[in-house]
Amino acid sequence: MKIAPSPRRRRVLFSGLAAAASVALLLTGCSSGGSGSGGKVTITYGIWDNTQEPVMKQIAAEFEKANPDITVKVQLTPWDSYWTKLKTAATGGSAPDTFWMNDANFAQYASGGAIKDLQPMLAKSSVSMSDYVPAQAKAYTYKGDVYGIPKDVDSIALWYNKKLFQEAGVQPPTASWTGDDLLAAAQKLTDPATGVFGIVAQSTDQQSYYTTIPQMGGQVISADKKKSGYDTPEAIKAITFWTDMINKYHVSPTLQAQTDTAADNMFEAGKVAMIYEGSWAAAEFAAVPYTKQNADVAPLPTLVKPGGVSNGLGNVMSARTPHPDQAWKWLEFLGGEKAAALQAQSGIVIPAYQSAQDAWLKSPLSKTYNLQAFIDDLKVATAYPSSEATAVWQDAVQTEMNKAWTGDETPAEAAHNSATIMNKALAAEK
Amino acid sequence: MTEQTIATTERRPARPSPRPSGSTAGRARTRPKTGNLRKGEAFWGYLLIAPTAIGLLTLSIWPAIQTFSFSFTTWGSFGGHTFTGLDNYVAVLQDPEFGQALINTFLFTGMTLISVPLAIGLAALLNRRGLRGVGVYRTLYFLPVVTLPAAIALVWKLLYNGDFGLVNWFLGIFGVHGVSWLANGSTAIYAIGIVSIWSSIGYNMVLFLAGMQAIPAEYYEAASIDGAGPLRQFFRITVPLITPTTFFVAVITVINSLQAFDLVYLMVGPTSPAIQNAETVVYLFYQKGIIQGQGGYAAAIVFVLLLIILVLTLFQFRFQKRWVHYG
Repeated sequence: MKIAPSPRRRRVLFSGLAAAASVALLLTGCSSGGSGSGGKVTITYGIWDNTQEPVMKQIAAEFEKANPDITVKVQLTPWDSYWTKLKTAATGGSAPDTFWMNDANFAQYASGGAIKDLQPMLAKSSVSMSDYVPAQAKAYTYKGDVYGIPKDVDSIALWYNKKLFQEAGVQPPTASWTGDDLLAAAQKLTDPATGVFGIVAQSTDQQSYYTTIPQMGGQVISADKKKSGYDTPEAIKAITFWTDMINKYHVSPTLQAQTDTAADNMFEAGKVAMIYEGSWAAAEFAAVPYTKQNADVAPLPTLVKPGGVSNGLGNVMSARTPHPDQAWKWLEFLGGEKAAALQAQSGIVIPAYQSAQDAWLKSPLSKTYNLQAFIDDLKVATAYPSSEATAVWQDAVQTEMNKAWTGDETPAEAAHNSATIMNKALAAEK
Repeated sequence: MTEQTIATTERRPARPSPRPSGSTAGRARTRPKTGNLRKGEAFWGYLLIAPTAIGLLTLSIWPAIQTFSFSFTTWGSFGGHTFTGLDNYVAVLQDPEFGQALINTFLFTGMTLISVPLAIGLAALLNRRGLRGVGVYRTLYFLPVVTLPAAIALVWKLLYNGDFGLVNWFLGIFGVHGVSWLANGSTAIYAIGIVSIWSSIGYNMVLFLAGMQAIPAEYYEAASIDGAGPLRQFFRITVPLITPTTFFVAVITVINSLQAFDLVYLMVGPTSPAIQNAETVVYLFYQKGIIQGQGGYAAAIVFVLLLIILVLTLFQFRFQKRWVHYG
């Protein structure tokens, strides 16, 4: 069983370690960067992904070479406790000087005054927001001011098991696949005798309804972030698309089974032939011999229209850092070409710095997987749904969706309940 | 903990063993003495209790007072509170999720209480004279108490796994097709309850063992001369004479189980479809207060829980006169 959580994935295995760590972190809080006596300043940098830690440290080392008077200390907090710890630390004024932010939480931190408005520094800097993926540059802007420098982006594509496809005599997925092709293949690949399912219908938002809702022509949240889009026929169809795979066609393991054994692990064990999974999973799947050998990836099948969802990370500065100038230098470096190139070569994430994406396509992982599929999906993807109160509605909606997945509610019921929850939370924002 | 004393003529009324009532009795007895203490003695007394008192005041009592005042406020994202009166309490009492969490908590508490009679039975078996390897058994039963809850949760999670768990493998032998115990709304709370019973038996057993060893051997000798068998001795001598311990264990078990959190958090967790049917009140408090940042609402949740614990414990103390024998 895996302990390391994938970046940005909200479904995570609850490992005892992570839980113990979260309690310990809650108790101890976190200490902010060291004192600046003697001209040497330490800047702390909070991150959550242990697979990216070596690259981040490498970038920090490069930065220190160019700036001998600044030391960067990378602080890793597991995803399970990252936000809990960060929020407590930010409230108490002891957040790291700089840290990772994601689309879902950005508005809350910007509106709450927990992160610094970077606009004044940006004006005097070489950093240009037009270098980044437009959706992400927009995602880190709050009321016209930039509060975060985009770090990386992700997209979802269709992972499949070449071996199982071959054995079942099914042609591998192509860019021209539709939802019907997907279902037909899943039905052929499902084999009760061997316990293999054609696909795994995850309920985790990004890998399921956040991807299919825009593909059906709907939206999770209105452009002005004032209204939920769950109670539209398009959204209900997008949810039914997944729940039918479990409850009607029986081509996917149940959500209960996925709770016991994570969907990724099922794919890695050859128990499911297809999975909607993110670009971040490439490094994870390549680390498992079975999926390194047998898995590959294709662009998403098109439902009604091309579409999908892209989440991204940004680097932000704590509003209460004692060293804003040094912290800005570090953010500038992180947002630059060199940092993007180092991340691209690692293959773990797609840099938000657009000109570095070619380097990602040439990373060692590209010899194993068709990484171009992610870039293709990225082009049609919309931004990850968020508002100031994302934390309030996102989990409650997930709970509702789970009820549709298990069949305790119909997709329409779950969609209407979700819209009610979300609209109430959105109304309370202002 | 203090042990109950068995009826002796010179000590009536006998001092009850459980800590809660014991402390009041103790205070009443020592009160007249304090006036006689010389100033120096009082100073040293205060100095000696200072570490505990300061810890208690700053880490328990002051936060509790703060939490109480927070329960009347609504929180901003990063600090800052606005006074909203009883709004949080009204919202908590109208929240169906809180109602469900309360039901789950009571179910869990009820299940955990099953460990009390089980522990009495086990203690009686392990208290038999001439039992070989008694130390080994006692250690085995006590082992869950000294094991990290995280480790317990992880191992039981594997046992309960729907695909390859040992529980389903065992049921499979009898042709029963098991479910994903922890991911099913109808089974999750019971699955956790069983783990709770298993992990609290050891601790309770040790308390009962201590209680049983305080029972004079003459009672049993007299009973066996009169022809009472082991079962009759157990029900007529052991069970009545350990009721003070039983009372203490029951009170503590109820208080602890009403505050259950770790097993739910570690074994079910927020992403499970069964979470609404398994979450306890304290889990809901964590979710609202820590994850969703609704500190005021969460504070109101725990104060409603505090009230429930208070009422239940008072009720238990009232009711104890009916069945607890202090000799």
